[in-house]
Amino acid sequence: MSAYKVTQEEVLAVSGVDPKKCMRCGKCSATCPAYDEMEYHPHEFVAMVEKGEIEKLAQSKSLYLCMTCMACIQRCPRQVEPAKLVEAVRAAVIRGKGATHLKPDALPDMLDPDLPQQAIVSAMRKYTR
Amino acid sequence: MQKIGVFVCWCGSNIAATVDVKAVAEAARSVPGVVFSADYQYMCSQAGQTMITDAIREYGLTGVVVCSCSPRMHEATFRKAVQKVGLNPYMLEVANIREQCSWVHKDMAVGTEKAIMLMKAAVAKVQLNAPLEAGKSPVTKRALVIGGGIAGMQAALDIADAGYDVDIVEKNPSIGGKMAQLDKTFPTLDCSSCIVTPKMVEVGQHERIHIYSYSEIEEVKGFVGNFDVTIRRKARYVDETKCTGCGACMEKCPMKKVPNEFNQGLDTRSCIYIPFAQAVPKVATIDPNYCLKLNKGACGICSKVCAAGAINYEAKDELVTEKYGAIVAATGFEVIDVSKYDEYAYTQSPDVVTSLEYERLMNAAGPTGGHLKRPSDGKEPKTIVFVQCVGSRECCDPGKGELRGGKPYCSKVCCMYTAKHAMLTKDHYPDTDIYVFYIDVRTPGKNFDEFYRRAVEQYGVHYIKGAVGKVTPEGGKLKVQASDLILNEQLHIDADMVVLAAAIEPSPTARHLATMLTASMDTNDFFTEAHPKLRPVESPTAGVFLAGMCQGPKDIPETVAQAGAAAAKAIGLLAKNELVGNPCVAHSDEWMCNGCSQCETVCPYGAITYVDKEFKMPDRTVKIRRVAQVNEAVCQGCGACTVTCPSGAMDLKGFTNKEIMAEVDALCR
Repeated sequence: MSAYKVTQEEVLAVSGVDPKKCMRCGKCSATCPAYDEMEYHPHEFVAMVEKGEIEKLAQSKSLYLCMTCMACIQRCPRQVEPAKLVEAVRAAVIRGKGATHLKPDALPDMLDPDLPQQAIVSAMRKYTR
Repeated sequence: MQKIGVFVCWCGSNIAATVDVKAVAEAARSVPGVVFSADYQYMCSQAGQTMITDAIREYGLTGVVVCSCSPRMHEATFRKAVQKVGLNPYMLEVANIREQCSWVHKDMAVGTEKAIMLMKAAVAKVQLNAPLEAGKSPVTKRALVIGGGIAGMQAALDIADAGYDVDIVEKNPSIGGKMAQLDKTFPTLDCSSCIVTPKMVEVGQHERIHIYSYSEIEEVKGFVGNFDVTIRRKARYVDETKCTGCGACMEKCPMKKVPNEFNQGLDTRSCIYIPFAQAVPKVATIDPNYCLKLNKGACGICSKVCAAGAINYEAKDELVTEKYGAIVAATGFEVIDVSKYDEYAYTQSPDVVTSLEYERLMNAAGPTGGHLKRPSDGKEPKTIVFVQCVGSRECCDPGKGELRGGKPYCSKVCCMYTAKHAMLTKDHYPDTDIYVFYIDVRTPGKNFDEFYRRAVEQYGVHYIKGAVGKVTPEGGKLKVQASDLILNEQLHIDADMVVLAAAIEPSPTARHLATMLTASMDTNDFFTEAHPKLRPVESPTAGVFLAGMCQGPKDIPETVAQAGAAAAKAIGLLAKNELVGNPCVAHSDEWMCNGCSQCETVCPYGAITYVDKEFKMPDRTVKIRRVAQVNEAVCQGCGACTVTCPSGAMDLKGFTNKEIMAEVDALCR
C-alpha cells in the first residue's frame, strides 16, 4: 500500500454527492442485496464520508462487496446516491495505489470483438495512472 | 409653496447614539420649504405627537417629515396624529434614520451625514405630495366557503352563528370531507363519525347556511367585499328538492360494480348512490360515467322505483351567480398515488394498502364491517408492517432521476395516525405482531407523545428506526426487507399486510381555484398566507381566508382552530358596512396610454382592464382608443404596472414617478 491518502474532498468532488442531504432513514441499507457481507453498510458509508472517516472506508472490504446494482440510488428519498460514494472511494483507492495495472501493450491480447469500446476506455482510465 | 415641518426623533439612544439629531434638525432649517424643525427623545410618544400637532397649528404647516424609525413601525401613528389637526395624512413622510441609518452605522459623522440626506429626500418628496382620499366600497354581507370538510364546515358554522349568510360549495355529493372517512381520531381515540356527523347535520339544518353540494367554482370576479362568483351545479340527475334519501333506487340499480370512493375503492357501490349513510344532503346522485340509461339509453329502473319522482335523466349542469363579501378556501387534501413506489409492491398485492385504506378496513361502516380482514383472501393478518414517510420528506430534484410524486415536506399527521392504527389493531386483535418503521417519530402536540409511547410501552408495538427497502409478495406472504439502524441489522419479516403512510398533497382542484381567486400558492400548491406568523389565516389577496390542509399539513384540532380564526377574520370583514381602501393605488393617464396591455398582464391582482373610450382629439375629431383603467378597490399599490408601462402612463398615487425622482435627485445633490 502506498502512502497515498484518499481525501474527503476528492471523494465528494468525484462522486458529486452531498452526504449532508442524508436524513438517516436507512433505506439504502434496507435495500442493499449485499448487506450481510458488508463490514460498513451503505448508510454508514454515507455517514462516514460526511464525517471524513475516509481511511477506514478505503481499508474496508465492503468497498469491493458493493455490486453497484444502484438500488440505493434509485430508492433513496433524499437523492443522496450512496453507490456513487462507494464507486468514488473505490476509484480513488485504485488510482492512489500508484501502480499502473493495465498497460496499453497488454490490450491486444485481451481484445474481444464483443467488448464495447467504452469498456476499454473506462478500464484504461481506471487502472492506469 | 409648501410649508414643511421636520421632526427628528432620538429614539432614546437608538438614533441619538449614532446620529447627531440636533445637527439634522439644524440642517433641515436651511432646506427650502422647511419653516420649522425640532428634535425630541420619543416622537411617537404623546408629548412628541403633540409637538407635531402644535407646530402644524402654529406655523400652518402643509407637510410634515418625521425622521425616525421605519415607516412600517410608526407611519400609521404619525398619519393619525396629523389628521387630527386637519392635515391630509398623505402629506406626511417618514425618513427612516433608524433601521437604515443609525443601526447600521458606527461612526457619528457618517451616520449624521446620511440622516441629513435621508431627511432632504423626504422633504423633496413632501414638496410634491398631494392630498389623497381613500376610496370606499360597500360590503356584501354574505360569505362563501369553498370545501365542505371539517375546515369548511367549522368556518361556515362560525360565520353563520355570527349572523351572516354562508354558502358552502362542495365538489362531492355530500359534505363531511376526509374526516367522515376516518375511524377514530387521535389522541383521544373518539369515534370520528360520532363527532363529525352531528356537525354535518348542524350545517345542513342551519338557517343561514346553504350547501351547494356536487358543485364547483366556475368563475370568480370582483374584489374584497364584492366578489361575484359563478358556481357550477353539476347535473346529479336527481331533483334535490324531491329526493327523500330512501335508498330504493340504490337497491334496484343493476349497475353495482362502480368503485366506491368513500371506501377508497376497496369495494363497489351502485351507480345511483348516496355516498354514505350519514350523508348531508341525503340525496342520491347518478354517476354519469357508469349509468346505463345515460350512456346506452337502456335501463331507467331508478326512475321507475322512485316514489318521489325525483329522477331526471335530462338534467343539465346549472350555473348560479352569487355575490359575496368574503371567501374562505378550505379545499383540503388527497393522499398521493403510491403506485410509483413499487418497491413496496402496492400495485402487486392488494394486501399492501395506504393508511386511508386501512382506516376504511378498520371502520365499522367500512367494506369489512370493521373486522380487520386483508383484501386478498379475507384472512385476519397476524403480522402487519407500517411504513412511515412514503413520499414525504423527499428531495425532488428532477435532475437526479425519476420523480415519483414525492413531497419535500413532512405530512405531519402520519406518525400519530400510525400509532393510532397500531393501538386500535392491538385492541381488537392482541396477538397481532406490529412493526412500525420510522425515520423520526414526530409527535409535538398536546398528549401526542404520551399517545405514541403508549403504543410502544403498553401495547408492545415494535417501533424500529429504519426504512423498508422492498416488499415482495410470495406464497401468500409479503416478504419485507428492512433496516434496523439501532441494531445495525437488515431485517427480513414475513408480513400479512403492509400499510403505507402515504404523503398528503393539496387537492388537485386547488391550483385552478387559486388562479381564479388570484390567491398565491407555494411550489407545493399549498395556499400561501399573507404573513407566515402574523397573518396565518389570510391570503395575500384581500377578502380571501384560508382554513385547513389547503394551507399546509395539519391535524383536526389545528384545522378546526384555523377555520375558527378564518371565520373570525371573515366576520370582521362582513361586519363593516364599507371598506376604506388604500389611496396609494395605480392610476393611468389615458392620454398617454398606448393600449399595449403590458400592465394588465403583469398585474398580480387582476386590477387592470382595458376599455374602448371616445376621445375628443385636438383636431376636433373623435377617436376611439383602447386605454387601461385601474379598479382602485382591487389594486394593492404594488407598482408593478408603473415600472412595466413603456409610455409612462401608469403612475402610483403617493409614489409617483416625479416624487421618487425628486427623492433620488435630493440624495444625489
